[in-house]
Amino acid sequence: MELTRMTAAELSGALAASEVSATEVTQAHLERIAAVDDRVHAFLHVAADSALAQAAAVDQRRSNGQRLGPLAGVPVAVKDVFTTVGLPTTCGSRILAGWHPPYDATITQRLKQAGAIIIGKTNMDEFAMGSSTENSAFGPSHNPWDLAKIPGGSSGGSAAAVAAYEAPLAIGTDTGGSIRQPAAVCGIVGTKPTYGGSSRYGVVAFASSLDTPGPFGRTVLDAALLHEAISGYDPMDSTSIDAPVPPVVAAARQADVSGLRIGVVTDLSGDGYQPGVLSRFAEAVELLESLGAKVTEVSCPHFKYALPAYYLIAPSEASSNLARFDAMRYGLRVGDDGTRDAEEVMALTREAGFGAEVKRRIILGAYALSSGYYDAYYGKAQQVRTLIIRDFDAAFGQVDVLVSPSTPTTAFGIGERADNPIAMYLADLCTIPSDLAGNAAISVPCGLAADDGLPVGLQVMAPALADDRLYRVAAAAEAALAGRWGQPLLSQAKGLES
Amino acid sequence: MTTSADTLVPFAAAIGRYEPLIGLETHVELGTRTKMFCGCTTTFGAEPNSQVCPVCLGLPGSLPVVNRMAIEYAIRIGLALNCSIATWCRFARKNYFYPDMPKNFQISQYDEPLCTDGWLDVKVEGATIRVGIERVHLEEDTGKSLHVGGATGRIHGADYSLVDYNRAGIPLVEIVTKPIEATGAAAPEVARVYVTELRDLLRSLRVSDVRMEEGSLRCDVNTSLSPRGSGVWGTRTETKNVNSLRSVERAVRFEIERQAAVLDAGGRVIQETRHFHEDTGTTTSGRSKEEAQDYRYFPEPDLVPVAPSREWVEQIRAGLPELPAARWTRLQAEWALSEADMTALRNAGALDLVAETVAAGASPADARKWWLGELLRRANEAGTDLAGLSIKPAEVARVADLVVQGALNDQLARQVLDRVLAGQGTPDEVVAARGLAVVSDDGALTAAVEAAIAANPDVAAKIRDGKVAAAGVLVGAVMKATRGKADATRVRQLILNRLT
Repeated sequence: MELTRMTAAELSGALAASEVSATEVTQAHLERIAAVDDRVHAFLHVAADSALAQAAAVDQRRSNGQRLGPLAGVPVAVKDVFTTVGLPTTCGSRILAGWHPPYDATITQRLKQAGAIIIGKTNMDEFAMGSSTENSAFGPSHNPWDLAKIPGGSSGGSAAAVAAYEAPLAIGTDTGGSIRQPAAVCGIVGTKPTYGGSSRYGVVAFASSLDTPGPFGRTVLDAALLHEAISGYDPMDSTSIDAPVPPVVAAARQADVSGLRIGVVTDLSGDGYQPGVLSRFAEAVELLESLGAKVTEVSCPHFKYALPAYYLIAPSEASSNLARFDAMRYGLRVGDDGTRDAEEVMALTREAGFGAEVKRRIILGAYALSSGYYDAYYGKAQQVRTLIIRDFDAAFGQVDVLVSPSTPTTAFGIGERADNPIAMYLADLCTIPSDLAGNAAISVPCGLAADDGLPVGLQVMAPALADDRLYRVAAAAEAALAGRWGQPLLSQAKGLES
Repeated sequence: MTTSADTLVPFAAAIGRYEPLIGLETHVELGTRTKMFCGCTTTFGAEPNSQVCPVCLGLPGSLPVVNRMAIEYAIRIGLALNCSIATWCRFARKNYFYPDMPKNFQISQYDEPLCTDGWLDVKVEGATIRVGIERVHLEEDTGKSLHVGGATGRIHGADYSLVDYNRAGIPLVEIVTKPIEATGAAAPEVARVYVTELRDLLRSLRVSDVRMEEGSLRCDVNTSLSPRGSGVWGTRTETKNVNSLRSVERAVRFEIERQAAVLDAGGRVIQETRHFHEDTGTTTSGRSKEEAQDYRYFPEPDLVPVAPSREWVEQIRAGLPELPAARWTRLQAEWALSEADMTALRNAGALDLVAETVAAGASPADARKWWLGELLRRANEAGTDLAGLSIKPAEVARVADLVVQGALNDQLARQVLDRVLAGQGTPDEVVAARGLAVVSDDGALTAAVEAAIAANPDVAAKIRDGKVAAAGVLVGAVMKATRGKADATRVRQLILNRLT
């Protein structure tokens, strides 16, 4: 079998059995990147040399008889928001072009320790602000299902890399849906773990109270393998949770929903939802019911305020988090010609270094935090956040998990919403509530929309630290849908091979 | 920088017309081994930018983690200042752009400080004044800028600036008083004594080295005037760069004189930050608070709330040392010294030294005499403080003991102290090496007495005629001849025996 078509679990088995070497696996993926990435543009930096060196080290350790973890020798693409020693970290921004961080993110370290091969850094909306990768300073990524479509965002490069078989696994971050939405529109699996379940240390911050690193895979089990490898308490992140990692891999293997109580969120449907999305979603729910789940309808009346609350909280935190990009210590410096003072150089650098969407959010956030407006905007948004948490608490009093479509529509065209920020923001309508509440959610493919033939995602949401439930439901749905759509769904994709 | 434009009203006249209201904000660098939010060391004076890491440099992706010891130190301070300790509080971000702030926000506390509502009793001219403490909160220090070129040493007009981030992230505690009212003419002194007693308190708590000259204790002084009888509080100014105890007093005094002149002329005091100048004792205008920026405070999302358990707080309380006020009362009783003596000892920073000298065997009166007399004079001459002298309390006790035994007189004792201070050895070594012991051997003294009588026949005659007081001249001659080593009492006795 072609190495790039194998799942991470399959590669792991083949590597462990020494049927294939990490070097061969890495080489195969580098060749795939060389063949397709000029069209997909999933990567900002391909780490060919360091990836091959890592692979050689894994092969050496294995030939020495060392017992290695399941990801040893498996390539992983890493969103360019994680710091990586030896590789640039740009966050898709001109202001950080060429910056080489002197330290590894905790997750980078954990991947390296697990023997995973960091094959490259993936494209993203600038500072993770966006839903299409069109806000990347280095050009958009393309959806492997249809290169004229967006791959979602902000972790669009990671999703596109996995969907285009350039890497079996990828890491992203989810702040308002930045893992689940690209996973949905690229027809792959993406998880936002419980906030605090995966470390933020070394993740360049967008909105600190929301940012959550998580995995992408082509199968539920693959996502679970990566989820488990990157998760767990980190003393460097004080919002990290000191609790055992939920048994996500076991749950993905269990794939059993019998007796599980599933609530369909009635508030995440209706106007603005693409009919082709809603019908696939309804089919998926029926399928889960046929597998023995108890399905009920649940209302979360405050979810309709989630989007506006999010667009106050996230920009407020961003306006402060992004203040450090001032040309004084690293990154771009503009106007330092000996005639201007520090303040002018800061202003010129930020003017030149940030894109329009980043500036829009910095201004929004600075305004929302201003004295005299704080209570009306930031303060009110935090109250809404509390109400949304209470909606979830009430819902999880009745059901074990909640489900909804992952996105209101399938992938839209590149350029289609670029001039309409509100339309762009609506892409995260279904995913934002879980970010505000800090609980866990996954997007798993549930077929192709009848109206446009593009992938549809089923979102499953679970209480904080019950991430394993996501994998039980997603794996059950995946298995049940395989009969109809093939396994994985991605085998239906025609975008690249035609 | 010139202050000639400021008209001043003489202090007494200013106080006659206006009631001053003062308040102090004191920043204290905590003496924790590591920084507030990372593991970097906090040693003062290291090579610039050698004690930094991704966290205190604010590199993209880095995150703060609270130093538990800093919380403990702040609680210790709060308890010693009779504050309530919050059961739950948060850090907040204070947003503003400045090159010495790595993140362009400072992690501080805003509306949820760790300690609130306490007090410190201070003694001013025998009276006790209770200074209310509004809050004690924790924050991180900024880096240190050095502006090169330009006239002012400030960023504007400088050719270039250098930034040392070693200081960035060092834990700071800010102690804010409530407005201190009705101090009248004593306002400048109250301000100084408050900072002095706060410094002594912090030192006794072992939470900071409280060195104003190194910036580990920094003071902002707020001053406003209210026309007497008006009942209306005036507009306050905030004076920064007040870097010594004496400056605290001078800064308040100057602001009272300056603001009185502004008000007398029918003007309006501008709410602003002012800078104190050590050389001239004046203040000049800094940035105006009225056009000050909005700090856009909001709860720091990278940190979880701080919720010190009551058990922990009580454990910290139980571990507090004897505080200066209690110690003062105890030592005064033990030493039987007057309030004035105790005040003088405290002002000279001699309480610990005297305590150690007494512990080494000297009487409290002797210990006080030597430290406040000869040694304080030597310290002043050397431009240092008593603790900076190279003599140990045990050595002072030994010198006092030699005097009590009669082996040294005061003049010889001073010579011994000189040589100990000069590093020539212990008091016993100096006495032995230099032959400084008192000569009370009659054989050796008789010859000197005879010589003095022979050299001063007229004086000897007066004594023979009963004018015993004239013996002092002969004693002086003997002392001179023996280079001060003679036991003066014995010499006098020998002279009188010989002539009467």
